[in-house]
Amino acid sequence: MKILVCISSVPDTTSKISFEENNTKFSKGGIQYIIGPYDDYALARGVELRETLGGTLTVLNVGLADAEPQIRKALAIGADDAVRIDAEPTDSFLVASEIANYAKDKGFDLILMGRETTDYNSGVVHGIVGELLGIPSFSPVMELKLEGNTATLAREIEGGKEKLEASLPLVLGCQEPIAEWKIPNMRGIMSARTKPLAVIAPSSEALTNIDKFELPAPKGACKMISAEDAGSLIKLLQTEAKVL
Amino acid sequence: MSVLVYTELADGQFKKSSLEAIFYGSKVAAQVGASMTVLAIGSASDDELAKAGNFGATKVLHANAQNLTSENIMAYSKVLSETAKSLSAKIVISAKSSLADAVMARAAGALKAGLVGNVVELPETSNGFKVKRSIFTGKAFAETSINSEVKFIAIKKNVLPLEESANAATVEKLSVDTGSLTESSKVLETIKASGTVSLPEADLVVSGGRGMKGPENWQPLLDLAEALGAATACSKPVSDLDWRPHHEHVGQTGVKVAPNLYIACGISGAIQHLAGVNSSKVIVVINKDPEAPFFKAADYGIVGDVFDVLPKLTAAVKAL
Ligand SMILES: Cc1cc2nc3c(=O)[nH]c(=O)nc-3n(C[C@H](O)[C@H](O)[C@H](O)COP(=O)(O)OP(=O)(O)OC[C@H]3O[C@@H](n4cnc5c(N)ncnc54)[C@H](O)[C@@H]3O)c2cc1C
Repeated sequence: MKILVCISSVPDTTSKISFEENNTKFSKGGIQYIIGPYDDYALARGVELRETLGGTLTVLNVGLADAEPQIRKALAIGADDAVRIDAEPTDSFLVASEIANYAKDKGFDLILMGRETTDYNSGVVHGIVGELLGIPSFSPVMELKLEGNTATLAREIEGGKEKLEASLPLVLGCQEPIAEWKIPNMRGIMSARTKPLAVIAPSSEALTNIDKFELPAPKGACKMISAEDAGSLIKLLQTEAKVL
Repeated sequence: MSVLVYTELADGQFKKSSLEAIFYGSKVAAQVGASMTVLAIGSASDDELAKAGNFGATKVLHANAQNLTSENIMAYSKVLSETAKSLSAKIVISAKSSLADAVMARAAGALKAGLVGNVVELPETSNGFKVKRSIFTGKAFAETSINSEVKFIAIKKNVLPLEESANAATVEKLSVDTGSLTESSKVLETIKASGTVSLPEADLVVSGGRGMKGPENWQPLLDLAEALGAATACSKPVSDLDWRPHHEHVGQTGVKVAPNLYIACGISGAIQHLAGVNSSKVIVVINKDPEAPFFKAADYGIVGDVFDVLPKLTAAVKAL
């Protein structure tokens, strides 16, 4: 089994988002970066499959050098080697074509990643990668089992889930409960230091760029209604807020 | 130059989000002086498809074939990219959904098109092509230029208030060469809650958190949802504990919703939860703790016990 897991490096989910340089740049000051939470599920399932089926697990990040602690963490969790493609990951097509360019000719059976990143939330990289490589893609995948060349997976659909069978190779966008997040142990952390991390120059161009950021308008005050008189809320929702 | 709108059908009808995409597409087409075509894949009657005209479409292309089923994303995306090519469409629009995202992604990949999702306004087209999109799960916005020749955008729910007219669209069959559509997967089983309101599409949502204390206590919440015709949702711990099914989990790592009304019952308002619901127009919070962080993000608040408050709300809805 040859597995590629693609991870993003994103601000911790509790981060306060702000911008600088006249709202043209994200303020990185004081921000703690983590492996994208959805990517972390993909990684956890990848590591489990690698442990039970053998083979190799490569972790790939399209990102700048400041993503390396997150890449090392993925190595500590159980990836065998790592690749960082040295480009700022702000455009879905660029990220996808970097992944596809790296993966083509390498014979990966499975390419796993999160269903979306928690910074730009596009949720399309797996699909573009699948198209560029000419192989099927599915998302959001919440269960994944392998038997020989056949994958049985469950993908979430509106109001439920759908169980599917498909042949490898596949690109999958993952989400819980595909596996539980893994915490690296001491041995993993030690061995991660010496595992190979290759840095590759990018080969594709962005098709979109961000000109400016904006924060949402602050929320007005919350109108309080007493619990005794709770029913009066419904009238307000109808006549004042006009949502009923 | 033309604009192509990719739509989704559910139970033989346009999804509401697809009607929003058609309406949005008609505004974009008018803005750039282009014609607009709607693509619908799946089974629906011509009468239903003609309804696209009520929201600004003049022409609907309808593709329907036996092996063209929604799990066959590769086939759907091929129909979309081939149609975009044959119409020389320069702007391709859809509403965001997990299936539409997959189809749009593959078609954009095939056409080397820049794709931007979660778009919240009409594009700015006087100088280049710029769209405003929501990022960081609703915590910020980014004005983004799409520089490729073909541009793909996926809009968020509730971007424009829908205006309906009495026009009907003409419906044309799109013949697809089904032999070339490879079957990439096989559905083993579909598990779907029936008769409930679809959460991502819902205008009204009633959501429960750990404050509901256990799955056996959900009835008062379900009663309110039923009285309102609302979809039900929950916080992450609630689905982690299997009190409610996973597809109801909203938040940063769950479904992102943007209803007109979101009623949170016994949910503390953790930042990761807020991230999935902060695009709601009006938020109501019911929590017994006056210090619960959710009140800061709410429009209306009730400090009280959910089991006392919920029946009162249900009774008031029934009395409307
Ligand atoms: C990476 C990451 C991603 C996450 N993603 C998500 C996500 O997508 N969605 C999500 O929801 N969470 C997410 N979380 C978890 C999040 O941090 C919170 O733990 C979670 O939202 C809390 O759920 P809750 O409000 O139901 O429970 P609690 O925080 O336990 O709150 C329960 C609330 O109920 C109130 N209460 C108790 N009894 C009553 C009563 N009788 N009447 C009225 N009120 C009552 C309490 O005052 C309290 O405010 C994520 C966390 C991490 C680390």
